[in-house]
Amino acid sequence: MAVYTHSVSIDPEKCTGCTTCLRRCPVEAIRIRNEKAVINANKCIDCGECIRVCAHNAKHASYDKLSDLDFSKYLIALPAPSLFGQFNHLDEADFVIRGLLDMGFKDVYEVAKAAEYVTDLTRIYLAGENVARPVISSACPVVVRLIKLRFPTLCEQLVPIMPPYELAGKLAREKALAEHPELKPEDVKTVFISPCPAKVSWAKSVMEGQAVYVDYITSMNDVYMELLGRMKHAVPGPESAPEAGSVGLRWATTSGEAASLMNEGYLSADGIDNVIKVLDDLESGTFGNLGFVELNACSPGCVGGVLAPSNGYIARLRLQSLQKTVVVKPNKIEDIEDAERLKGDIPAEYTEAAAFTYMPDGAPNMLAMLMAMKKAEALAEKLPNKDCGACGSPTCKAFALDVVNGEAELSDCAVRSQMEG
Amino acid sequence: MSEALHYHFDVDGASFANAGKASVETKKLLRQLGVPPEIIRRISVAMYEGEINMVIHAHGGDADVYITPETILITLKDVGPGIRNVEEAMKEGFSTAPENIRALGFGAGMGLPNMKRYSDDMHIDTRVGVGTTIELWYHLT
Repeated sequence: MAVYTHSVSIDPEKCTGCTTCLRRCPVEAIRIRNEKAVINANKCIDCGECIRVCAHNAKHASYDKLSDLDFSKYLIALPAPSLFGQFNHLDEADFVIRGLLDMGFKDVYEVAKAAEYVTDLTRIYLAGENVARPVISSACPVVVRLIKLRFPTLCEQLVPIMPPYELAGKLAREKALAEHPELKPEDVKTVFISPCPAKVSWAKSVMEGQAVYVDYITSMNDVYMELLGRMKHAVPGPESAPEAGSVGLRWATTSGEAASLMNEGYLSADGIDNVIKVLDDLESGTFGNLGFVELNACSPGCVGGVLAPSNGYIARLRLQSLQKTVVVKPNKIEDIEDAERLKGDIPAEYTEAAAFTYMPDGAPNMLAMLMAMKKAEALAEKLPNKDCGACGSPTCKAFALDVVNGEAELSDCAVRSQMEG
Repeated sequence: MSEALHYHFDVDGASFANAGKASVETKKLLRQLGVPPEIIRRISVAMYEGEINMVIHAHGGDADVYITPETILITLKDVGPGIRNVEEAMKEGFSTAPENIRALGFGAGMGLPNMKRYSDDMHIDTRVGVGTTIELWYHLT
């Protein structure tokens, strides 16, 4: 099996081996071994909770540094809709776009614009026959990975359309090559300005094996610092007029994507624990008639991503005012695609390249696992069941299985040793 | 099934907030074990219905899961009022749930029919005034 490239790394110098991330990881992917946190790559869903909760600043997201970008190439900035919510007193999106151009990007393609196309494509998809409902948004890469790992029966309900940042990369690249025939394809590079590290994993993942149209992923934090200075002196002109409408901007916050579909009963939820609860209930089939489900790992949506500098709730407020300054009329897919081709199935170039198939993180051998879990169950009865985490496993139950699997020693349980001693 | 892997869950009858917890936990365990997804799905749906039934009619009860390489058995045991007419209860749409429960969207009379549909075998042992034990069987081989 190919290695899934993760976006979260641990700085062993700073990690004190405390149990904060261990206990907060929603998929129990973390263990403390030799006084340091270790992430199990097969289980990690890149939600970034461990980065958020680490009190020692020992968790880092990996992404492309601005200083590593070669501005002599034809670099196109792909700002996430959430970027526009990061600035105080921003009355017009034009300043952000002008600022990006002044940073040295040759062009700016708003991800919000691509999001409007995705909205349109999703609407077409929802109108199709034999679509498994409720249809689940595939825009949040954490949710997609979570479903692929743990919710086998929901895989087929994911929207098979590429996420907005990816579509933005594709369309931006095509635009550059059409407008500048002198450019070689390898000279055109797209740079996504991301609020979240999961998108880094998504793009860098070799396991998923899909063609990616995003060449670099930078942190919104990094770009913010640089951009702020440029925006102070920015003089917007027609070249920096935003092309996305309020529908696209709304994708930055929860319910934005779902509400934009306008024609289906929808559910939206955010925060990774809430997302897991909704998925569990969806799998038990207890929701009745529901057309569409939008789930975001971060609250209140992408604006709450760990790479976004502002408080997500303040960013949401700013976006609400900014939405009043942009056009209401969204971009329509018919503007760029032949209406005939949009009848029937979604054209292949807009679909997600990777299949949404179940890839369990569990053991392939049920019999061996059955024996192990039986032993672990017996062992768990002898444990204090305080779930203190001091042993390095998130719960006593997890610890019992770790011991059975030879990944921990029974003597690692300090509470038990003390009780016996 | 003495050699089986066994898990026990208390189904709290006090509120709907906790109903479904046992089936969600069971689903996690079965996934960890590598049980085929389709079987997990069926167990999860049937067990959820059973849990809800126990909360609606019997103030909760006990859910037990027994797993061997060949079989999975779920037992749902309560000391509730019992089922007066099993044949009638098995009909789709038949329900004795009170109005306040129906107002919550439960009690559509699909509980037992769904449990039967989503299991390989179902046995009901019920005595009026004593309680009900339902067995849901799944064959893995």
